[in-house]
Amino acid sequence: MDYAQQMFGDLFGPEWGPALFVLAKNALLIVAIILPLMLAVAYLTFAERKIIAYMQMRVGPNRVTFFGIPWLGGWGQPIADAVKAVMKEIIIPSGANKFLFVLAPVLTFAPALAAWAVVPFSPEVVLADINAGLLYILAMTSMGVYGVIIAGWASNSKYAFLGAMRSAAQVVSYELAMGFALVCVLMMSHSLNLGDIVKGQQGGSFINWYLIPLFPMFLVYFISGVAETNRAPFDVAEGESEIVAGFHVEYSGMAFTVFFLAEYSNMILVATLASIIFLGGWLPPLNVAPFTLVPGFIWLLLKISFLLFCFLWFRATFPRYRYDQIMRLGWKVFIPITLVWILLLGLVMQLPSGLREAFPLNLWFH
Amino acid sequence: MSFQDIIFYFFSVVLVGSALGVITARNPVHSALLLVLAFFASSGLWLLLEAEFLAITLVLVYVGAVMVLFLFVVMMLDINLDRLREGFWKWFPFGLLVALLMAGEMAMVVMGKQFGAGDMPAPPSRPEDYSNTKELGRLIYTEYVYAFELAAVILLVAIVAAIALTLRHRTGMKAVDASKQVAVKRADRIRMVSMPSEKKE
Repeated sequence: MDYAQQMFGDLFGPEWGPALFVLAKNALLIVAIILPLMLAVAYLTFAERKIIAYMQMRVGPNRVTFFGIPWLGGWGQPIADAVKAVMKEIIIPSGANKFLFVLAPVLTFAPALAAWAVVPFSPEVVLADINAGLLYILAMTSMGVYGVIIAGWASNSKYAFLGAMRSAAQVVSYELAMGFALVCVLMMSHSLNLGDIVKGQQGGSFINWYLIPLFPMFLVYFISGVAETNRAPFDVAEGESEIVAGFHVEYSGMAFTVFFLAEYSNMILVATLASIIFLGGWLPPLNVAPFTLVPGFIWLLLKISFLLFCFLWFRATFPRYRYDQIMRLGWKVFIPITLVWILLLGLVMQLPSGLREAFPLNLWFH
Repeated sequence: MSFQDIIFYFFSVVLVGSALGVITARNPVHSALLLVLAFFASSGLWLLLEAEFLAITLVLVYVGAVMVLFLFVVMMLDINLDRLREGFWKWFPFGLLVALLMAGEMAMVVMGKQFGAGDMPAPPSRPEDYSNTKELGRLIYTEYVYAFELAAVILLVAIVAAIALTLRHRTGMKAVDASKQVAVKRADRIRMVSMPSEKKE
């Protein structure tokens, strides 16, 4: 690393060398995050098809293998799907706004990737350790809706437009509940930095995780996350049985795949954030021998996988919400719950420390 | 020119360009999208000034919520541009007057001595763990608490007024009462009848 820095200094002079070195280093780190993420997205689609298939007493994809190895049946499916999508033609409908039509998938995908910049994978491994990490993630996830709206409008299609309108209203309403749930977290952690939020949950066992004192907020956050990513049972933006495929009905080939990638990387992002914020991130559930031997990164992966499994589970289990029910849940149920919880939390935080000791509340309020 | 200068000029060019685009674009949807770009570029400029809380809040509030609703409305409206342009020359002298007035006022402020770059002290460098969010929170809830609460009350009044203006109580609506639906028991809907099985003749 020092050698590379030296080389940059020699090549570009003392003023430009360090800046360009940081640029090159970050570009490499970004690739190191995005490549595994894309692989995870590919195999999340495979996992989704398999898990839902077993829940519905089917087998799911089991044909495509690598090099004809029989016990890998199905594992080549995501790769084959990707190759198929790349080969297909991108059709631009007549009367569509060409520039915005092509821009829309990019606008959905870019924020879904940009948010990963501040996600810590273990105490040291994080691309950008910024103070306002949580705020940054909220800002990035709120940008994703533009892709959907623009796609719906630029397609010049009634179905796509209906999907875009539904999605816009839904995402904006659930963002509020999500933000309020996160306000509770930062009241407890006194920090917007994701690494510090995990450090605030240290203390020996899973009792110290924010999951326990903020359990309703965890539910609100996770359900809002499902709604924010337009996943079933909140998938009215796509609604195959009502508006064909919603906002991306006119997209084909790679342009459609980019929407698909964005949706799945958003799912992984929501699961990762929920495990970092509420489930203690890389902390083991108990600070005793067999659990502490497992590296923290594996714990984080396990928590993420469990939450992703819940995403798939919801899709296989619940029927789609009716539109007015979605709005009711967001505005009349979640937002009042979060407001009451913020008030309660504030009251508990103002209690004298001795009184908090009487109830075992000092576990969480330091 | 250093690396930071290049970033600054890049963001400034994008900001000025997109702001011009907002008022010159023919399609209102394009205007709204260019305004989003302008917000984004100015948030980049604020980040360069180390005001990360304000920069990210600008993106979160204006780009993430306000402009989404704006786009929502603009897309739903079927705007006839010719009708919008009808009164252009009639109102042109008035617009010109306002524009000149604003340009004059801005010139008086910016050209004055107070805004010379030499008079502006360079901001003191902050320690590594300086959190601008925390400082802002402290200021809002101590020194400026009355102004802040007043602003909050004004917003609340606006919310209440907006709801009061649009709320109509229509009679004969067929809305479902969700809590009633949830409270339904099996006995309310199903009546078990025991009867002898009928034989086929």
